[in-house]
Amino acid sequence: MLDPARVRGFLDIGGAWDPSLVFVLGGAVSVSALGYGLSRRLPRPALAQTFDLPTSRRIDAPLVLGAALFGIGWGLSGFCPGPAVAALSTGAAPVFVFVTAMLLGMAASELRVRRSPR
Amino acid sequence: MDTHLAALLGGLLIGLSAATLLLLNGRIAGISGLVAGLGRPGERRLADLAFLLGLILGPPLFATLAGHWPLMRIEASWPVLAVAGLLVGFGTRLGSGCTSGHGVCGLARLSPRSLVAVPVFLATGMLTVALMRAAS
Repeated sequence: MLDPARVRGFLDIGGAWDPSLVFVLGGAVSVSALGYGLSRRLPRPALAQTFDLPTSRRIDAPLVLGAALFGIGWGLSGFCPGPAVAALSTGAAPVFVFVTAMLLGMAASELRVRRSPR
Repeated sequence: MDTHLAALLGGLLIGLSAATLLLLNGRIAGISGLVAGLGRPGERRLADLAFLLGLILGPPLFATLAGHWPLMRIEASWPVLAVAGLLVGFGTRLGSGCTSGHGVCGLARLSPRSLVAVPVFLATGMLTVALMRAAS
Protein backbone atom coordinates (compact mmCIF):
# COMPACT_ATOMS: atom_id res chain seq x y z
CA MET A 1 0.00 0.00 0.00
CA LEU A 2 3.01 2.28 0.54
CA ASP A 3 4.11 1.91 -3.08
CA PRO A 4 2.07 4.31 -5.28
CA ALA A 5 3.21 2.54 -8.47
CA ARG A 6 1.70 -0.72 -7.20
CA VAL A 7 -1.54 0.99 -6.14
CA ARG A 8 -1.84 2.57 -9.59
CA GLY A 9 -1.12 -0.87 -11.07
CA PHE A 10 -4.18 -2.15 -9.19
CA LEU A 11 -6.30 0.72 -10.55
CA ASP A 12 -4.98 0.09 -14.08
CA ILE A 13 -7.50 -2.53 -15.16
CA GLY A 14 -6.83 -1.71 -18.85
CA GLY A 15 -3.10 -2.43 -18.48
CA ALA A 16 -1.01 -5.01 -16.64
CA TRP A 17 -3.53 -5.26 -13.79
CA ASP A 18 -1.96 -5.99 -10.39
CA PRO A 19 -4.59 -7.73 -8.22
CA SER A 20 -2.59 -7.67 -4.96
CA LEU A 21 -4.73 -4.93 -3.40
CA VAL A 22 -7.73 -7.26 -3.61
CA PHE A 23 -5.88 -9.54 -1.16
CA VAL A 24 -5.03 -6.58 1.08
CA LEU A 25 -8.62 -5.36 1.18
CA GLY A 26 -10.05 -8.88 1.52
CA GLY A 27 -7.76 -9.71 4.44
CA ALA A 28 -8.37 -6.37 6.12
CA VAL A 29 -12.17 -6.41 5.76
CA SER A 30 -12.48 -9.99 7.06
CA VAL A 31 -10.53 -9.35 10.28
CA SER A 32 -12.19 -5.95 10.69
CA ALA A 33 -15.60 -7.66 10.33
CA LEU A 34 -14.69 -10.16 13.07
CA GLY A 35 -13.78 -7.24 15.33
CA TYR A 36 -17.03 -5.47 14.51
CA GLY A 37 -19.06 -8.62 15.18
CA LEU A 38 -17.35 -8.98 18.56
CA SER A 39 -17.95 -5.30 19.38
CA ARG A 40 -21.71 -5.79 18.98
CA ARG A 41 -21.66 -8.30 21.86
CA LEU A 42 -19.76 -5.98 24.17
CA PRO A 43 -21.40 -3.23 26.25
CA ARG A 44 -18.49 -0.83 25.69
CA PRO A 45 -14.91 -0.75 24.40
CA ALA A 46 -12.16 -1.76 26.84
CA LEU A 47 -10.63 1.69 27.22
CA ALA A 48 -13.48 4.11 26.42
CA GLN A 49 -17.04 4.79 27.59
CA THR A 50 -18.84 4.24 24.28
CA PHE A 51 -18.41 2.91 20.77
CA ASP A 52 -18.07 5.95 18.54
CA LEU A 53 -19.55 4.68 15.26
CA PRO A 54 -21.06 6.60 12.34
CA THR A 55 -24.86 6.30 12.39
CA SER A 56 -25.88 8.01 9.14
CA ARG A 57 -27.30 5.72 6.46
CA ARG A 58 -28.20 8.48 4.02
CA ILE A 59 -26.83 8.26 0.50
CA ASP A 60 -26.49 11.91 -0.50
CA ALA A 61 -24.66 14.09 -3.03
CA PRO A 62 -21.69 15.02 -0.75
CA LEU A 63 -20.98 11.30 -0.16
CA VAL A 64 -20.93 10.46 -3.87
CA LEU A 65 -19.14 13.65 -4.97
CA GLY A 66 -16.57 13.38 -2.18
CA ALA A 67 -15.83 9.72 -2.97
CA ALA A 68 -15.54 10.59 -6.68
CA LEU A 69 -13.04 13.44 -6.03
CA PHE A 70 -11.06 11.24 -3.66
CA GLY A 71 -10.84 8.52 -6.32
CA ILE A 72 -9.47 10.99 -8.88
CA GLY A 73 -6.74 12.14 -6.47
CA TRP A 74 -5.99 8.52 -5.56
CA GLY A 75 -5.64 7.61 -9.25
CA LEU A 76 -3.45 10.64 -10.03
CA SER A 77 -0.99 9.93 -7.22
CA GLY A 78 -1.42 6.34 -6.05
CA PHE A 79 -1.69 7.69 -2.49
CA CYS A 80 -4.66 7.49 -0.13
CA PRO A 81 -4.52 9.01 3.37
CA GLY A 82 -3.31 6.00 5.40
CA PRO A 83 -0.27 5.05 3.33
CA ALA A 84 0.58 8.74 2.76
CA VAL A 85 0.65 9.42 6.52
CA ALA A 86 2.67 6.23 7.14
CA ALA A 87 5.12 7.20 4.37
CA LEU A 88 6.02 10.45 6.19
CA SER A 89 8.59 8.45 8.18
CA THR A 90 10.50 7.62 5.00
CA GLY A 91 11.37 11.32 4.81
CA ALA A 92 10.73 11.40 1.04
CA ALA A 93 10.01 14.99 -0.06
CA PRO A 94 7.14 14.13 -2.49
CA VAL A 95 5.23 12.55 0.40
CA PHE A 96 5.38 15.84 2.31
CA VAL A 97 4.09 17.68 -0.78
CA PHE A 98 1.13 15.28 -0.98
CA VAL A 99 0.32 15.33 2.75
CA THR A 100 0.56 19.15 2.98
CA ALA A 101 -1.87 19.49 0.06
CA MET A 102 -4.14 16.86 1.65
CA LEU A 103 -4.28 18.83 4.92
CA LEU A 104 -5.13 21.99 2.94
CA GLY A 105 -7.90 20.10 1.14
CA MET A 106 -9.27 18.89 4.48
CA ALA A 107 -9.13 22.43 5.90
CA ALA A 108 -11.02 23.73 2.84
CA SER A 109 -13.70 21.11 3.43
CA GLU A 110 -13.99 22.03 7.13
CA LEU A 111 -14.53 25.70 6.15
CA ARG A 112 -17.26 24.66 3.73
CA VAL A 113 -19.04 22.68 6.44
CA ARG A 114 -18.84 25.58 8.90
CA ARG A 115 -20.33 28.02 6.40
CA SER A 116 -23.27 25.92 5.28
CA PRO A 117 -26.15 25.87 7.77
CA ARG A 118 -26.98 22.35 8.91
CA MET B 1 7.65 -14.16 0.00
CA ASP B 2 4.92 -14.64 -2.58
CA THR B 3 3.42 -11.24 -3.49
CA HIS B 4 -0.19 -12.28 -3.00
CA LEU B 5 0.55 -13.98 0.31
CA ALA B 6 2.40 -10.87 1.51
CA ALA B 7 -0.56 -8.73 0.41
CA LEU B 8 -2.99 -11.00 2.28
CA LEU B 9 -0.85 -10.98 5.45
CA GLY B 10 -0.54 -7.18 5.25
CA GLY B 11 -4.31 -6.94 4.84
CA LEU B 12 -4.88 -9.18 7.86
CA LEU B 13 -2.62 -6.90 9.94
CA ILE B 14 -4.51 -3.79 8.76
CA GLY B 15 -7.76 -5.52 9.74
CA LEU B 16 -6.29 -6.45 13.13
CA SER B 17 -5.33 -2.82 13.65
CA ALA B 18 -8.87 -1.65 12.81
CA ALA B 19 -10.45 -4.33 15.05
CA THR B 20 -8.11 -3.44 17.94
CA LEU B 21 -8.86 0.28 17.73
CA LEU B 22 -12.60 -0.51 17.70
CA LEU B 23 -12.53 -2.97 20.61
CA LEU B 24 -10.15 -0.94 22.80
CA ASN B 25 -11.05 2.67 21.98
CA GLY B 26 -14.43 2.30 20.26
CA ARG B 27 -13.10 4.17 17.25
CA ILE B 28 -13.37 3.64 13.49
CA ALA B 29 -9.87 3.39 12.02
CA GLY B 30 -10.54 5.86 9.23
CA ILE B 31 -7.27 7.67 8.64
CA SER B 32 -8.75 10.71 6.87
CA GLY B 33 -11.26 11.16 9.69
CA LEU B 34 -8.64 10.72 12.43
CA VAL B 35 -6.29 13.22 10.73
CA ALA B 36 -9.04 15.81 10.21
CA GLY B 37 -10.22 15.28 13.80
CA LEU B 38 -6.86 16.50 15.11
CA GLY B 39 -7.93 20.00 14.04
CA ARG B 40 -10.98 19.88 16.32
CA PRO B 41 -11.03 19.91 20.12
CA GLY B 42 -12.19 16.71 21.82
CA GLU B 43 -11.21 14.22 24.47
CA ARG B 44 -10.48 11.51 21.89
CA ARG B 45 -7.83 13.61 20.18
CA LEU B 46 -4.87 12.31 22.18
CA ALA B 47 -5.72 8.65 21.55
CA ASP B 48 -6.28 9.39 17.86
CA LEU B 49 -2.88 11.11 17.69
CA ALA B 50 -1.26 8.07 19.33
CA PHE B 51 -2.82 5.80 16.68
CA LEU B 52 -1.53 8.02 13.87
CA LEU B 53 1.97 8.12 15.41
CA GLY B 54 1.90 4.31 15.46
CA LEU B 55 0.95 4.36 11.77
CA ILE B 56 3.92 6.65 11.00
CA LEU B 57 6.23 4.30 12.93
CA GLY B 58 5.10 1.39 10.71
CA PRO B 59 7.69 1.83 7.93
CA PRO B 60 10.71 2.13 10.31
CA LEU B 61 9.43 -0.97 12.14
CA PHE B 62 9.22 -2.78 8.80
CA ALA B 63 12.75 -1.61 7.95
CA THR B 64 14.06 -2.91 11.27
CA LEU B 65 12.43 -6.33 10.87
CA ALA B 66 12.99 -6.79 7.12
CA GLY B 67 16.40 -5.14 6.86
CA HIS B 68 15.25 -2.78 4.10
CA TRP B 69 12.71 0.02 3.72
CA PRO B 70 9.42 -0.81 1.96
CA LEU B 71 9.43 -0.21 -1.79
CA MET B 72 7.96 3.19 -2.68
CA ARG B 73 7.92 4.31 -6.31
CA ILE B 74 6.33 7.75 -6.72
CA GLU B 75 5.66 8.38 -10.42
CA ALA B 76 3.70 11.64 -10.13
CA SER B 77 5.41 15.05 -10.39
CA TRP B 78 5.18 17.52 -7.50
CA PRO B 79 2.41 19.62 -9.15
CA VAL B 80 0.36 16.45 -9.79
CA LEU B 81 0.95 15.30 -6.19
CA ALA B 82 -0.22 18.70 -4.93
CA VAL B 83 -3.45 18.56 -6.98
CA ALA B 84 -3.99 14.93 -5.99
CA GLY B 85 -3.44 15.77 -2.31
CA LEU B 86 -6.01 18.57 -2.44
CA LEU B 87 -8.55 16.24 -4.09
CA VAL B 88 -7.87 13.45 -1.59
CA GLY B 89 -8.10 15.81 1.40
CA PHE B 90 -11.24 17.63 0.24
CA GLY B 91 -12.91 14.52 -1.17
CA THR B 92 -12.37 12.31 1.87
CA ARG B 93 -13.89 14.94 4.19
CA LEU B 94 -16.81 15.70 1.87
CA GLY B 95 -17.43 11.96 1.44
CA SER B 96 -16.69 11.18 5.12
CA GLY B 97 -14.04 8.53 4.51
CA CYS B 98 -11.27 6.95 2.50
CA THR B 99 -9.98 3.43 1.81
CA SER B 100 -9.67 2.75 5.55
CA GLY B 101 -12.86 4.32 6.94
CA HIS B 102 -15.19 3.33 4.08
CA GLY B 103 -13.11 0.41 2.78
CA VAL B 104 -11.68 -1.57 5.70
CA CYS B 105 -14.18 -0.47 8.38
CA GLY B 106 -17.32 0.52 6.45
CA LEU B 107 -17.48 -2.62 4.29
CA ALA B 108 -16.92 -4.75 7.42
CA ARG B 109 -19.94 -3.07 9.05
CA LEU B 110 -21.93 -3.30 5.79
CA SER B 111 -22.54 0.44 6.09
CA PRO B 112 -24.85 1.46 3.23
CA ARG B 113 -22.88 4.69 2.73
CA SER B 114 -19.61 2.77 2.42
CA LEU B 115 -21.17 0.25 0.03
CA VAL B 116 -21.80 3.25 -2.25
CA ALA B 117 -18.57 5.20 -1.58
CA VAL B 118 -16.13 2.32 -2.22
CA PRO B 119 -17.35 1.47 -5.76
CA VAL B 120 -17.46 5.21 -6.57
CA PHE B 121 -13.85 5.92 -5.59
CA LEU B 122 -12.66 2.68 -7.18
CA ALA B 123 -14.42 3.68 -10.42
CA THR B 124 -13.09 7.25 -10.56
CA GLY B 125 -9.60 6.03 -9.55
CA MET B 126 -9.60 3.43 -12.35
CA LEU B 127 -10.99 5.96 -14.82
CA THR B 128 -8.28 8.47 -13.89
CA VAL B 129 -5.50 5.93 -14.39
CA ALA B 130 -7.05 4.84 -17.72
CA LEU B 131 -7.29 8.45 -18.97
CA MET B 132 -3.69 9.16 -17.92
CA ARG B 133 -2.57 6.05 -19.80
CA ALA B 134 -4.51 7.14 -22.90
CA ALA B 135 -3.02 10.65 -22.72
CA SER B 136 0.58 9.51 -22.33
